[in-house]
Amino acid sequence: METSFASAHRRENHMLAIVDYKAGNLTSVKLAFDALGQKSVITSDPAIIRAAARVVFPGVGAAGSAMRNLHELGLVPVLREVIASGRPFLGICVGTQILFDFSEEDGGTPCLGILPGRVALFRPGDPRDKVPHMGWNQVRICRPHPLLAGITDNSDFYFVHSYYPQPANPADTLGTTDYAGATFAAMVGRANLVATQFHVEKSGRVGLQLLENFATWDGRTNT
Amino acid sequence: MLTRRIIPCLDIIKRRVTKGVKFQNNVDLGDPVELAERYYREGCDELVFYDITASAERRPIDIQMVRDVARVVRIPFAVGGGISCLEDMSRALLAGAEKVSVNSLAVQNPAIITDGARAFGAQCVVLGMDPVANPDCARFPSGYEVTVRGFRERTGRDAVAWAREAEERGVGEIVVNSVDADGTRQGYQLDITRRIADAVRVPVVASGGAGCPRHLRDAFVEAHADAAIVAGMIHSGEYTIGRIKQALDADGVPVRKSW
Repeated sequence: METSFASAHRRENHMLAIVDYKAGNLTSVKLAFDALGQKSVITSDPAIIRAAARVVFPGVGAAGSAMRNLHELGLVPVLREVIASGRPFLGICVGTQILFDFSEEDGGTPCLGILPGRVALFRPGDPRDKVPHMGWNQVRICRPHPLLAGITDNSDFYFVHSYYPQPANPADTLGTTDYAGATFAAMVGRANLVATQFHVEKSGRVGLQLLENFATWDGRTNT
Repeated sequence: MLTRRIIPCLDIIKRRVTKGVKFQNNVDLGDPVELAERYYREGCDELVFYDITASAERRPIDIQMVRDVARVVRIPFAVGGGISCLEDMSRALLAGAEKVSVNSLAVQNPAIITDGARAFGAQCVVLGMDPVANPDCARFPSGYEVTVRGFRERTGRDAVAWAREAEERGVGEIVVNSVDADGTRQGYQLDITRRIADAVRVPVVASGGAGCPRHLRDAFVEAHADAAIVAGMIHSGEYTIGRIKQALDADGVPVRKSW
């Protein structure tokens, strides 16, 4: 049950924070929200992230340095707090991967453990399957979700990654993609948290639709 | 299934799109931002911009153009030409480019690949390569020598060996551009494209020579390319991205069909 204060606060606060933890270039995430007319701010300031109505947690690069930067910037407790608060939270790419317990990257990296599961390296049997998995691939929708409203099953999204999430809890998987002999979770979600392995901000009109759904989502999944 | 990417290439001179044959007799094709937006709406999978006079004129890439493109397209795009150091790479990426392409610079200073991949991630660093056939098989086991500066200078490097070195240095993707085929619309140089595609584990992009959808099919199926660059065949209005994709789809090549 939400307090009337929180609900009033939510109505008035449209601020969207894009978490900057020195894990890659956030320009295109910001530009995508600009294109939707959604105000956003790129920040590593815990106070701004705590105050935001919704939070995007992107990231490119390696899991090891991403985790190190998060710790150095003191953002780990902030992220936990935002997720626990019920506010809409969207992970992207490496931001998604480090929500899990553990990644095989960088000789094994303990991650945030917010979602149970591991992140594994693609090990193609066929040498023609290149690593990284780079380009447009289809996402099979496993169950409906407010963020998938208006998005057709098997739509193509843009991927660039060498490691992929393996959720321990099948109920966390919202969409799957096939590559290099693996079927992996391309989109996961639990309560107010959604996370995509694909680059939703670079996925054309379909990606914009998902971001627009996020920008208006109240963080609830029961309809 | 991962689809094969179709990437329009926009050669830029003084913020105008231009097209020539083998870098000569250039004609003006209009504003790069407008053309980029058109190809984006027509369903291209990625875009690439080469500032073709920046290096010769020793000036950096037009960052305002990169920013303007990033505002209108919601797909990845690469920029090349006028990238001479890590700082240039960083500026282009922060302006909204997904990838930065290096060619002559990487031959001169291969460490730029290593440093770029370390600083920004491998997926941001693209190696452009201009191989030409060279029958001296003692020096060039692949049969191809790498050239630079718009195919004008030879480097003494074997094309496949150079691709492997770039991969070890952490490059994210390799564009194989053929001088013999460039601008002729007679088809990609399949032989060297395939040799490189089979020699490395990173994606390889066929470039130079596309004139009809069949040429793209050959690059994907015969030469094992992961993506293909198109220029003249769409700039001329002879083909649209949609028509190319329809033809590829009919040939059984996986392409992104809705956008």
